[in-house]
Amino acid sequence: MITRQLKINDFLKYGILAPVVIWLMLFLVIPYFNLLMYSFWKNGPFAIEHTPTFENYIRFFSLKKGSGAPLWVLFDTFRIALIVTVCAVIISYPLAYFINFGIKNAKYKKMFYMLAVIPLWISYVMKAYSWTIILGTHGLLNSFLIWLHITEKPMEVFLYNDFSVIIAMVNIYVPFVLMPLYTSLEQIPRNLIEASEDLGCNPARTFFKVVFPLSLPGVITGATYAFTLSMGDFLAPQLLGGATSSTKIANIVQMQFGTSNNWPYGAAIGVVILVLILVLLALTGKVEKHFSKLDAEEGK
Amino acid sequence: MQRKVNEMKKNNTGSVILICVVILILLFLYFPVAIVTLYSFNKDSINSFPMGGLTFHWYAVMIHNKPLITSLVNSVEVAAVGTCIAIFIGVPGALGMHKYNFPGKKALEKIVIMPMMLPGIITGIAILTFLEMAGIMQGRLAVILGHSTFLIGTVLPQVYTRLRQLDRNIEEASLDLGASELQTFCYIILPNIKTAVFGAALLSFSLSMDEIPVTYFLNGVFTTLPIRILAMTRNGFTPEINAICSIILLLSVFAVVFSNSISKKDEGYAKSTH
Repeated sequence: MITRQLKINDFLKYGILAPVVIWLMLFLVIPYFNLLMYSFWKNGPFAIEHTPTFENYIRFFSLKKGSGAPLWVLFDTFRIALIVTVCAVIISYPLAYFINFGIKNAKYKKMFYMLAVIPLWISYVMKAYSWTIILGTHGLLNSFLIWLHITEKPMEVFLYNDFSVIIAMVNIYVPFVLMPLYTSLEQIPRNLIEASEDLGCNPARTFFKVVFPLSLPGVITGATYAFTLSMGDFLAPQLLGGATSSTKIANIVQMQFGTSNNWPYGAAIGVVILVLILVLLALTGKVEKHFSKLDAEEGK
Repeated sequence: MQRKVNEMKKNNTGSVILICVVILILLFLYFPVAIVTLYSFNKDSINSFPMGGLTFHWYAVMIHNKPLITSLVNSVEVAAVGTCIAIFIGVPGALGMHKYNFPGKKALEKIVIMPMMLPGIITGIAILTFLEMAGIMQGRLAVILGHSTFLIGTVLPQVYTRLRQLDRNIEEASLDLGASELQTFCYIILPNIKTAVFGAALLSFSLSMDEIPVTYFLNGVFTTLPIRILAMTRNGFTPEINAICSIILLLSVFAVVFSNSISKKDEGYAKSTH
């Protein structure tokens, strides 16, 4: 009887776990390994040659001078992603702070919270496209400036450069920073702030000594999201970037799987990005844990 | 006294500055999409300042744009099928991870959120190379498989988190009182997680409707709505993009308000039961 019950339980256990494990194996784990395998193959004249080689990686890391070299593009993408991340954090913080601490009325608080959540659900392509009609040569900004008689001819400096890519990406990725940041600010015990004020700290001191350190886990989570997502974004650079100057690392990957049709090389660059991001995730995970631990200790 | 008054003044100027900054931030977040919506009613076919007058013309043009409507139908199909797969695989998976300990559980927790943590392009090319080896062509099936995979990554963690917030005692009480596993699931667990499941389904559906990076590598000639819009933005001026984007915006605002209201209701319920 007992063994039979055990068997039924086992059956249940594997029955509900098997589908998800099999699915993720098939469509996630094997594909990631497959990508790794692909990166060691070589594009032959007619078909892919299945003999292991480091050629793709050598090609990627051999530094050629000039802006077209893939390694240089990787650094450039890194730089842009860093700028986007810093801007997104700077923009998210006052809003998240204001909703948490600046509004006393529950109704207004809810309203502003909704205003902060909605951008996360707004379509990516709509956000990216909206900047093309604002910054474009015949776009709103230019026609507005002409209407004001500030300029006579439309200026081409707004669109198709790193500036337009950055501004659109910041716009797109702010909600990804805002949400974790909001949650971490929400979890700060209010009596800590009161205690700090009672002990004579002014608001600025309270902020830098109490609020900001406790919000760091949220900042780190959000910043990680913004950074990894902008590292891998190929659409914003394609829609809003210049023909060659704004080519980012993900665009090179995209090209290898498209017009250049060199999948193994594209896979190798993909693996490089993947490894970079995994290292970053491991690092930020550690830092975040460290700060959460501090929180827990301070909470005791 | 004087010092206190000074301090209060300082506080006030501080909060005024903060409010101004917040307004600027909200403007930055909303201005671009507001512009698109506004210009969907523009009489001129060029998006320039000042606007030419109001019209619904572009909405009519949009409805008669066959490829656009086809891609919309495709997107709804992919989102519906993908969400169903994600629910039917993700919810039992979350339940299993909650109930049982097994080797590799920690790894599974990490793997399932990979598509959410990594840029879509990586998951896209990984699945593409795999499907190519497996002999599955780019197209409808490939897109559905890709979407289901990252949607499991949104459904499972959300349901799993909700399960962990549940009081384990109610489940044990049910089993002790002689209910079977199935009865416990239907009458005890499911009512407690149903809003989380519904919220996850709604989020999955809208994520799928908006997804580009994974779809981009898997679609072939099969177009989804965002892929179609992307192609249209490259073909120069097509003002009906403004119209379709405005409609999507309206639907997403509805979705987020709706999902927020049900999750709020649920929080109230959870509080009252504790």
